[in-house]
Amino acid sequence: MDILELAFMQRALLAALLVGVTAPAIGIYLVQRRQALMGDGIGHVALTGVGLGFLLNTSPVWVATAVCVVGAVVMELIRSYGKARGDIALAMLFYGGMAGGVMLMALSPNGSNANLTTYLFGSITTVSEQDIVAICLLAAFVIVTTVGLRRQLFAICQDEEFARVTGLPVRLLNLLVAVTAAVTVTVAMRVVGLLLVSALMVIPVAASQQITRSFATTFAMAVAIGVLVTLSGTVTSYYVDVPSGATIVLLAIGVFIALTLLAAPLARKRADKAALAERCTLEDAAAPGAPGTADDVRV
Amino acid sequence: MEQPVISLRGATASLGSRPVLRGVDLTVRRGEVVALLGANGSGKSTAVCSIVGQVPLTGGELELFGTPRRRFRQWSRVGYVPQRTTAAGGVPATVREVVSAGRLARTKLGPSRRADREAVHKALELVGMADRAKDSVDALSGGQHQRVLIARALAVEPELLIMDEPMAGVDLASQEVLASALREEVARGATVLLVLHELGPLEPLIDRAVVLRDGCVVHDGPPPKAVGQHALPGHDHVHPHADPAAEPIRTGLLS
Repeated sequence: MDILELAFMQRALLAALLVGVTAPAIGIYLVQRRQALMGDGIGHVALTGVGLGFLLNTSPVWVATAVCVVGAVVMELIRSYGKARGDIALAMLFYGGMAGGVMLMALSPNGSNANLTTYLFGSITTVSEQDIVAICLLAAFVIVTTVGLRRQLFAICQDEEFARVTGLPVRLLNLLVAVTAAVTVTVAMRVVGLLLVSALMVIPVAASQQITRSFATTFAMAVAIGVLVTLSGTVTSYYVDVPSGATIVLLAIGVFIALTLLAAPLARKRADKAALAERCTLEDAAAPGAPGTADDVRV
Repeated sequence: MEQPVISLRGATASLGSRPVLRGVDLTVRRGEVVALLGANGSGKSTAVCSIVGQVPLTGGELELFGTPRRRFRQWSRVGYVPQRTTAAGGVPATVREVVSAGRLARTKLGPSRRADREAVHKALELVGMADRAKDSVDALSGGQHQRVLIARALAVEPELLIMDEPMAGVDLASQEVLASALREEVARGATVLLVLHELGPLEPLIDRAVVLRDGCVVHDGPPPKAVGQHALPGHDHVHPHADPAAEPIRTGLLS
């Protein structure tokens, strides 16, 4: 296949693969904690990092990573300490990040609207050699964290109050989730773009959980869906000449719809079974002299 | 004398600006089963939350196993059942996955070993949910959710079991299962502190009842006997309590 002989496509496919793995891998914990849109918030903040990278004339990926991590930690602190009006504080952070990015980009000598667009919506074929090294290192960190600490992260995202009583370092693990999400955003920004990053964290998980029953299966399937859509989206965008980020996200939504349709008959079958079981017990209870009526209390 | 398992002295706590605990003394000794009773808003849940560190005390002293709460680190000795109506999160999880989280107090950041998996299985058997281990918690009834939450607390094989309204929204069949699970834990030598709205099927197990009203202890002794409608088996307590001041405390000492 000639597509694999082109250096820029090799880099594109490697980046797509890593995004396909990492975005759902951290996304599942955010969804579990019902914080599905956190990735979106970090994506907004990342733009300031990209703008700063252009202004300082250094690698936007590393500067964006640093700014994202700071932004995510602030968001986590707002989440855990701020009780009232936390949403307002987050809104400030999101839109401040967005506006800051646009402003910095405009101020920098070699920034332009075209550059801004590649970060907002992704431009996978322009991933450079330097970028790919950064993406590999960051992706490795995300995978080690989300897989290695899966039992601990599962516990804090399932029931934080309970997890604290097990003596786990909950605050530290929460910060780790935030930092990992931030890192994932910068891994994914060249592939799907900052505005669509969150989609890849949430949609594969949402699609997967239509038909799964366990966390482990949901995790594995979400990653499989992630890899499937990022790779096929990248290949499609090469042949058809459409933007990679949009292609990937639309494919993911397609998978979600397909699995939802598939899940409907499955759920109906389960509901029928449950209804049948319920009818049986009602009949038992209604039968005269059946056990159960004996315990009835008459006042 | 042996160190009490829980020692709370003169505890005060507030939620927002409202004082909820106003000088609560509570001592639970090894092997005791203590029920914390009281009307809604009496501070019984807050008392338990402060013992496990969810609500900070604004005053007073708290010791767990003879160690001041601030320096207490042996969480594997404590099993906690928070007040919940569901064990589910935003992503599907099986009964076993949820219960396994309880074991983290022992494994911490390390791997899960065979002994851990066996303890999880044993906890599931205790609450009669072993056959549902692979089912999603989303598919469970209210009583089964509660059983899962209790199994999660038992998975760590705790010396002290702290439960916040474990019987809330639980059907009678599950109440019986939970009562027998608790009986086994007590027979094993566990110490239990539980918040209850009413004694119900747990009554025979309870050594001592502590009744709170407006953040103060108003009774500490044998469990009060239920009377009238409340005494009937299967009485479903769904109505809110009347003004607690209107009702005398029945200690059962005179009956």
